[in-house]
Amino acid sequence: MQEHIVIIGNGISGVTTARHIRKLSDKKITIVSAETEYFFSRTALMYIYMGHMKFEHTQPYENWFWDKNRIDLKKGYVKSIDTNSKTLHFVKGDSLKYDKLIIATGSKPNKFGWPGQDLEGVMGMYHKQDLDNLEKHTPNNKVCKRAVIVGGGLIGIELAEMLNSRNIPVTFLVREDSFWNGVLPEGESQMINKHIKNHHIDLRLSTNLKEIKSDDNGNVKSIIIEETGEEIPCNVVGLTAGVSPNIDFIKDSEIEIGRGVKVNRYLETNIPDVYAIGDCAEQHEPIGNRRPIEAVWYTGRMMGETLAQTICGNKTQYKPGHWFNSAKFLDIEYQTYGWVFAKPRENEAHFHWKHHKENICITVSYRKDTNMFLGINTFGIRMRHEIFDKWLTENRDMNYVMSYLKDANFDPEFYKAYENEILTQYNNTFNTNLAPRKKSWKRIFSKA
Amino acid sequence: MNAIKHIGLVIFLIGLAIFSALPVLGTFHLNEASFNNIIKEKNIKSDVFINDIKSNIVGQDFKGMQAISPKISKALDNANETHIKNKEWNKKIYTKSSDMAALIGKKSANGFIATNKGLMWLLTFGLGIIGALMFILPNVILLGKKGIKNDGIYHESSTNRGWIGWMVFIFLVSFYLVLYFASEYATNWTLLVDPISEALSGNPAGHWFVYGFMYCVVMTVMAVRMYIKYRHNIYQVFRTTSVLFFQIVFAFIIPEIMVRLQMPYYDFKNAFPLDYDFFFQWNLKDLINNGGIGIFIMVWGIVLTLVIVPIMVYFFGKRWYCSWVCGCGGLAETLGDPYRQHSDKSLFAWKVERYLIHTVLLFVLTMTAMTLYSFFSETGTVLGIKTSTVQNIYSLVIGSIFAGVIGTGFYPIFGNRVWCRFGCPLAAYLGFVQRFKSRFRITTNGGQCISCGNCSTYCEQGIDVRAYAQKGENIVRSSCVGCGVCSAVCPRGVLKLENGPEIGRINPTEILLGNDVDLMDLVNKN
Repeated sequence: MQEHIVIIGNGISGVTTARHIRKLSDKKITIVSAETEYFFSRTALMYIYMGHMKFEHTQPYENWFWDKNRIDLKKGYVKSIDTNSKTLHFVKGDSLKYDKLIIATGSKPNKFGWPGQDLEGVMGMYHKQDLDNLEKHTPNNKVCKRAVIVGGGLIGIELAEMLNSRNIPVTFLVREDSFWNGVLPEGESQMINKHIKNHHIDLRLSTNLKEIKSDDNGNVKSIIIEETGEEIPCNVVGLTAGVSPNIDFIKDSEIEIGRGVKVNRYLETNIPDVYAIGDCAEQHEPIGNRRPIEAVWYTGRMMGETLAQTICGNKTQYKPGHWFNSAKFLDIEYQTYGWVFAKPRENEAHFHWKHHKENICITVSYRKDTNMFLGINTFGIRMRHEIFDKWLTENRDMNYVMSYLKDANFDPEFYKAYENEILTQYNNTFNTNLAPRKKSWKRIFSKA
Repeated sequence: MNAIKHIGLVIFLIGLAIFSALPVLGTFHLNEASFNNIIKEKNIKSDVFINDIKSNIVGQDFKGMQAISPKISKALDNANETHIKNKEWNKKIYTKSSDMAALIGKKSANGFIATNKGLMWLLTFGLGIIGALMFILPNVILLGKKGIKNDGIYHESSTNRGWIGWMVFIFLVSFYLVLYFASEYATNWTLLVDPISEALSGNPAGHWFVYGFMYCVVMTVMAVRMYIKYRHNIYQVFRTTSVLFFQIVFAFIIPEIMVRLQMPYYDFKNAFPLDYDFFFQWNLKDLINNGGIGIFIMVWGIVLTLVIVPIMVYFFGKRWYCSWVCGCGGLAETLGDPYRQHSDKSLFAWKVERYLIHTVLLFVLTMTAMTLYSFFSETGTVLGIKTSTVQNIYSLVIGSIFAGVIGTGFYPIFGNRVWCRFGCPLAAYLGFVQRFKSRFRITTNGGQCISCGNCSTYCEQGIDVRAYAQKGENIVRSSCVGCGVCSAVCPRGVLKLENGPEIGRINPTEILLGNDVDLMDLVNKN
């Protein structure tokens, strides 16, 4: 009898694990999900609402894939886990035995106890069901005269873009005094503020939600702003004030939880044969500059890749490489490699370049004493992941990175390049006299 | 702005309606002198046919091609039947009845349309162009800031296989059916563009001139749409300009001017085997009889296919031909752009694609081998099979039905590259070079893919781009025409079309960049 691996959650973490276990072994694999029958890309939900894609396009694997790779899919909502008898109990009363259990249930939108937060028309933007709910409440600007979004993070701005695509007026409440400035340095955050307003989105900075008011039928009627008491009439409220691990069903089990499911570097929980990965996992100690809970697509995938090794006998630590991430703010693409903090930490400084007209800028973070390159944020310029990964490994200094920046450019062909302009400003700022190096395929393809 | 768009749409539809009605309108009156000219020109020896036409058509008025055409084809059939019965082979007429009807129709058109060509041009092409531009140009403002403009594509009937899509499908298919199989009904269309044809080549227009002219007009108008939609993406702007240039100058103007200069009609960029009749006997004879320029064309045609095309594919990928130069590609990238998302991405479709396109390549090569053998050995058959029969089958099934009726007619249903993906033998040939010996690839940017699927959805060639990108693998597929739209629509800057060293071009991975380096080394061993 093959060992039975049960994975709760068919998001990127769970599915990556399942795929890699199948590559490495013949174990019996079951993926449990209450959300959808087949894996889809959560990051693409917005494009369905905007009409760029249909739901089927967000499914990275055709439906026959699962059968062919002998990955069983079970639709069901897990009510509780009995780790003694190694059994999952479902809401519908049935149960499932496992030999090894992987918890990959992702996140759920945060709610902070606002009055009216459970009214009809209040929603997050995370699950497939949220999308269906959004389609129901905001099909067009006749049904939904205005929507209010609460929380200025990545999901918030995506939701704003979605509603904007159907010409639904949006008021966007952001607690901070500039968009996402807990993560983005000042100049970049300011640029995004402007860009949001240019899209006719009513951006309210330093603004908190006090309550959501209901009409006679239990639908959203308006919201009240904490600071001013202003009442904004609206039909829909999007709650996008961050996410937290989706682990309510674990609370009564013996599995140790904090904010998320507590795991060690091997992604093991306190119970043998139970693992947790992705958004719902919480490291006992943060890894490097990373947060203990990393709710990021890429890290979910990496944990999946890693855990599959452990499950299949090659016990492997979760040891992520250099940090990277990406996002898109309406029309502005953002990539980051290495660490660029909103405010430089001790002994760190930023070099910032911005195009005089376009929404293009970069911020490079470096050590003040050694001039060592620490990371880069790029907006409106695409850059090569491989190159920065290599430079970070090689501990390159700023002079090197600035001189060889052309190697890192990843914009489409014939695009205007800005490396010379960037280097000129760098030379002026630091009184250096560096010459730009020509792009070299040899350097690009040489491994670190 | 929206008002301008709506008025433009109405104007366009009026132009389109008049254009669509023209095949069955107009009056025809064949006089004796014109008919005598046709007899002389076509060297018609059938007294049965001549008498039949003289008694039933000459001197009479006909309303619409549908009144005159059946009579001509009946006369032709009767005459040939008689001659076959009497074994009078020299009297048999080999001209197809629709060509005969087109010829007679052209000489006998006399009514309002024939006498007001300029006005009628304005009412059809003119209104169409003005209306379409009024519909398209406001998008400069309506589409808002530059960026990806795919909002609502799957909400609209025209771009989501709704009723408008099906109407466009019916129109395009009907248009191609008329063009290939009932060209006499294009007679009135030829009248509209007679002045332009006469200015270029000195000859009145035939239905292929109508097609060529319309092709250029449609591409130009839809290129304006491309420029607006992709104005942030200089690669798309460059590429669109390039296909437009090659279509108008190389496919349309130069061949017409060559005819005026008594040279053979030739499109210098149309490479064999897409140009499948290049080695046909009549073409080779025509080229040889044309002396210096004919020989030059013959050598050029061979060098183009055997040397220039593969070398360019080595350096730039097959995109240099398929999406910067080719006419079929040009129409697909302009008129077809709104339908690019309909290409089927399933594994099944990929299998069908490989069987079909390589079968067509095999077909064209076999046919050409037979043709050349017949040409040099001066026999009409190879191993008992008539060469001309094979040629006719190819011309009909592949050249007309696959490339034309299905290739373009099915845009709104199966996407804009049906022919290029499933049928074009040149694309199959370039595909081999691109896959096995080329510097071109679409580079995947490390581990940045989020599997959203925009790239796959908007790949006109039905490549599941995401399947590679989400594994951190470069895309090196023979069918990729390098349109660059996957890279354009990617929200995370993951894809880049580039020409680089062959080493590292194909990079199978299991673990993506960004994870533990030891794990990557362990798992990604090639």
